[in-house]
Amino acid sequence: MLNLPILPILICIPLIGLIFILLSSENDDFSIQSKRSALWTSGSNFLLSLYLPYNFDKDIPHFQFVNSFGWFNSDNLKFSLGVDGISMPFIVLSTFLILLCIIFIYPQSKKNMRMYLASFILLESFLIGTFSSIDLFSFYIFFESILIPMYLIIGFWGGERRIYSAYKFFLYTLLGSVLMLIAIIFLYQEYGTTSIPRLFDFSLPFYIQIWLWLAFFASFAVKIPMWPFHTWLPDAHVEAPTEGSVILAGILLKLGGYGFIRFNLSILPDASIFFTPFIYFLSVIAIIYTSLIALVQDDMKKLIAYSSVAHMGFVTLGIFSSNMQGLHGAIIQMVSHGIISGALFFAIGSIYNRYKTKEINFFGGLGNRMSRFSVFFLIFTLGAIGFPGTSGFVGEYLTLMSVFSKSTTVAFLSATGVILAASYMLILYKRVFLGVTNPNIEKKSEKLNIYELVTYSILTIVIFIIGLKPNLLLDYTSSSLNRIIQLYPISIF
Amino acid sequence: MFFLSIFLPLLSYFFCVFFKDYLASKKIAYMSCVFMSLSTISSILSFYFFKLNSESFIIFTNWINSGSFSVDWAIQLNLLSASMILMVNFVSTLIHIYSVGYMKKDPKISVFMGYLGLFTFFMLLLVSSNNLLQLFLGWEGVGLTSYLLIGFWNYKDSANSAAIKAFVVNRVGDFGLLMALFTIFVVFGTLNINEIMILVNSYSDTYFDFIGLKVHSITLISLLLFIGCMGKSAQFGFHTWLPDAMEGPTPVSALIHAATMVTAGVYLLILMSPLIEASTFAGDFILIVGCLTCIFAASVAVFQNDIKKIIAYSTCSQLGYMFMAVGASAYTSAYFHLLSHAFFKALLFLGAGSVIHSMSDEQNIKNMGGLYNKIPLTYLTMIIGSLSLVGIPFFSGYFSKDLILEILYLGDSSLSFYAFLVGITVVLLTTLYSMRLIIYVFHRKSMADEKVIAHIHESPVIMMIPLAILSVFAIFFGMFCHSMFIGIDYLNLWSDVLYVNKVTDQNYIYENVPTFFKKLPLIVILIGAIISYITYFSLVSFLPKIKSRLNMIYKFFKNKWYIDEIYQKTFVFLAFYLGNGFWKSVDKDLIDNLGPNGLSRFVSSFSGVVAKVQSGFLYHYVLSIIIGLTLLISLYTYIF
Repeated sequence: MLNLPILPILICIPLIGLIFILLSSENDDFSIQSKRSALWTSGSNFLLSLYLPYNFDKDIPHFQFVNSFGWFNSDNLKFSLGVDGISMPFIVLSTFLILLCIIFIYPQSKKNMRMYLASFILLESFLIGTFSSIDLFSFYIFFESILIPMYLIIGFWGGERRIYSAYKFFLYTLLGSVLMLIAIIFLYQEYGTTSIPRLFDFSLPFYIQIWLWLAFFASFAVKIPMWPFHTWLPDAHVEAPTEGSVILAGILLKLGGYGFIRFNLSILPDASIFFTPFIYFLSVIAIIYTSLIALVQDDMKKLIAYSSVAHMGFVTLGIFSSNMQGLHGAIIQMVSHGIISGALFFAIGSIYNRYKTKEINFFGGLGNRMSRFSVFFLIFTLGAIGFPGTSGFVGEYLTLMSVFSKSTTVAFLSATGVILAASYMLILYKRVFLGVTNPNIEKKSEKLNIYELVTYSILTIVIFIIGLKPNLLLDYTSSSLNRIIQLYPISIF
Repeated sequence: MFFLSIFLPLLSYFFCVFFKDYLASKKIAYMSCVFMSLSTISSILSFYFFKLNSESFIIFTNWINSGSFSVDWAIQLNLLSASMILMVNFVSTLIHIYSVGYMKKDPKISVFMGYLGLFTFFMLLLVSSNNLLQLFLGWEGVGLTSYLLIGFWNYKDSANSAAIKAFVVNRVGDFGLLMALFTIFVVFGTLNINEIMILVNSYSDTYFDFIGLKVHSITLISLLLFIGCMGKSAQFGFHTWLPDAMEGPTPVSALIHAATMVTAGVYLLILMSPLIEASTFAGDFILIVGCLTCIFAASVAVFQNDIKKIIAYSTCSQLGYMFMAVGASAYTSAYFHLLSHAFFKALLFLGAGSVIHSMSDEQNIKNMGGLYNKIPLTYLTMIIGSLSLVGIPFFSGYFSKDLILEILYLGDSSLSFYAFLVGITVVLLTTLYSMRLIIYVFHRKSMADEKVIAHIHESPVIMMIPLAILSVFAIFFGMFCHSMFIGIDYLNLWSDVLYVNKVTDQNYIYENVPTFFKKLPLIVILIGAIISYITYFSLVSFLPKIKSRLNMIYKFFKNKWYIDEIYQKTFVFLAFYLGNGFWKSVDKDLIDNLGPNGLSRFVSSFSGVVAKVQSGFLYHYVLSIIIGLTLLISLYTYIF
């Protein structure tokens, strides 16, 4: 097999595509030319990213496809890329969801479409960079750069209160990241390296671990988000345009979980054990609290946003159970939430494009108008409530089971989230799709267009594939996770 | 063969869904019946060629494999699963055929048939699975299809609410089941049913730490499993969804909420019988809950006016009987009653459907009357169903229910004797509500308005055929099959798949139950029949007076012991109250005001202060210089 420098290629293709998009002529808001180049870029990048799972060696726990470049003329500070079993699924998820976003944008028209697409393509490059960085500095730079296109997407193409939300989003995340930057500088100062694989080999003293852990935690807890740092999320989602929400929920939140696994869990094991009860506490609150809030929302997007916080609560539970089922569950839960909440946001986008509102009370009986759409929405709803056979179930089940082996109380409390999830999602479905057709929606009855149909069908298929055969994904992660679990002698289960 | 009998219903679902736009709905409905019949035939064949003592399972592929946790996609073939599959397929096929007639005018009939097929598939998956996680898939799956079918007429708001209620209440039960699965995995290290059964004995003395309590692990598992079963089988406390579920079309009530899905709870306990048997406390608990449900549901049924709700509460109470049998360790009798109940209750529901059909969708029995000569065939089937339900000798219900009562009588604890008394009381109540239903619907003077009366007609042949077949089974099933459950070689038959109590032997019962107690159910039935005859015929004019005199009691039963209201006031209210409170007070006021908004406010107000300091007046600056210098100097002198 030819040895491609695949990761730099994946990062660069969007940048090249960006030039084409920006060069394309902008004659109207529909700007077909730039759409076409965006589609080509993201499509080819997705196909190329499949090179990773295809050539990935499942038995090697270390980073693969490693590429290093000099940086600052320093031996210790390098721009290094590589993937292991933990980051690989997220790279494919990123390219996959960006492609779907571009497909979904395709039939729409928006003001300044060219820049909109450019933001997404730029975002793709940064996302892949973040997930494939194996050096703290390059990780930090990519991690922060993501904020720029995302800030623009919310602040420029968002809803009415977009400026407030964009600021809130930016400030929250930046505040967390600054602490992480301090931690990174400290690590470089003390140990002379920022290379993640080399940091794995150090065992830091406990009191340093505690502070570093808190610094990393601040950044990722805001990102994922954990209670009580979650209030930016509902606002950001409500104001963000559809595709922005999809990327936000689908990938950006996963950066937090990914960071927890990559840094807090792998480099700072003693502190992780020390803080596990703290994480459990916050996660349980997050699950119950946000589920209850989701129950009383009147805005569809806000409802899904709050439910995202609850779902991410399962992820943090799973991660800090630090055993195989927990980590497997967390990764599956992240990927599946990326797909399911992405799908739900797409679906709400479809509704919004037709009726220009996301108020639940505006609707009722939409299923009579758009029967096929209501079936898709039902499937996504089932995924969100963790129906067995969908991907959501595998994640919830594995995380809860691993927590149960650690603390039955925590598992018991957080499993109530499963009941609440069923309540709020089914009530949402009932209020929007069932019942007598609301006179508000009598007039327009636009069937799904082909782009939406393609998006939803693909998402549905993926939801079921992961749900019925999760090991297609899990097998890639096992050996890398094994290396982490060995740091936790009490956790092998 | 076995494989076909499980997956043909799924095929039927896909057929209905994908071809609904291309073929006439009538054709699709017939095709789904064909699929189901094929499925039934193959399950008959697999039952027929089934070799005793030959446990076999087919593993398709691995489902989840994570660390030491591993679950397969597999189906299990043994006497229990094969017979259950046969019953499910058979009843389901009849109801498919019935639905073709019943739903003829509904524009969404093909979707309806598809859902029925999907339901059947999930139910078959549930009963044939060889590990608990796959069983859980079937378990949730039947819950889902039940949700879809209850809310099938989704233009009715009540139907949608009932559907959500059913799903959520079931989820609360599933929560218990989920906990049971976790505990089983932590204790036994596997979810494979056969392996668990082998391991049960070696873990009979272990304790498990659950929410800070040290509990006997097997008892804990059994109780958690039972919570799941309570949800699915609508036992007391979780029963609220079942009567509401009658908002769905009648064939659905017959298939899902009488014959198959609600019995899944009983089935699960039978499947896990060695586990339940290892814990005496769990057995007693199941017995008590069974009794409570049995008498509660029967007492409420007497006061209902909706024909379907009466039968729904009756189902609830019959499920109580099955759980009583489980609690008394008579698993074979519970299973026997499960099967015979499936036939006569499906018959009753379909008969009720036929009545509703002929009365132009009227469900209130107070508005019916005098139907016996207008729809004689339906009348006949309802009579057969009711006789079987109350347990008149030589009907199916007689064999299975009296068996349970006798075993309760023989039980060695005082608890089971009380359970026996409850069982006898419920026989009386059963007779009362059955008679009341028959009298109000068929015998009294007609209360319907003339338009409806003019329109009364017997249902079409396609609806009568299933009724006839089910009638045959409601009469003869018990007679022909009771030897399988208490006869000579029932031990050989069942001991491989479930725990068999030796007390359930025919001879043992024959020798140990006094004749009086053997005949007691029959006597009670006769008394009940006489009472109800007097009340609903002779004393009918006094009924309103009695009602107003005993208003409190009447209302208590009429309103189903106010359990719905209690739930509404506590759990539902609490959830929404907390949700609103958290959202508005904590999220918006507390976190946001202290967090980002507070920060930005602080920054802007602080910058305002700073800006004010830069006033441009010389004396302001001089003052601040003086203050600063004084502070610095005093600090300097203080330190050094």
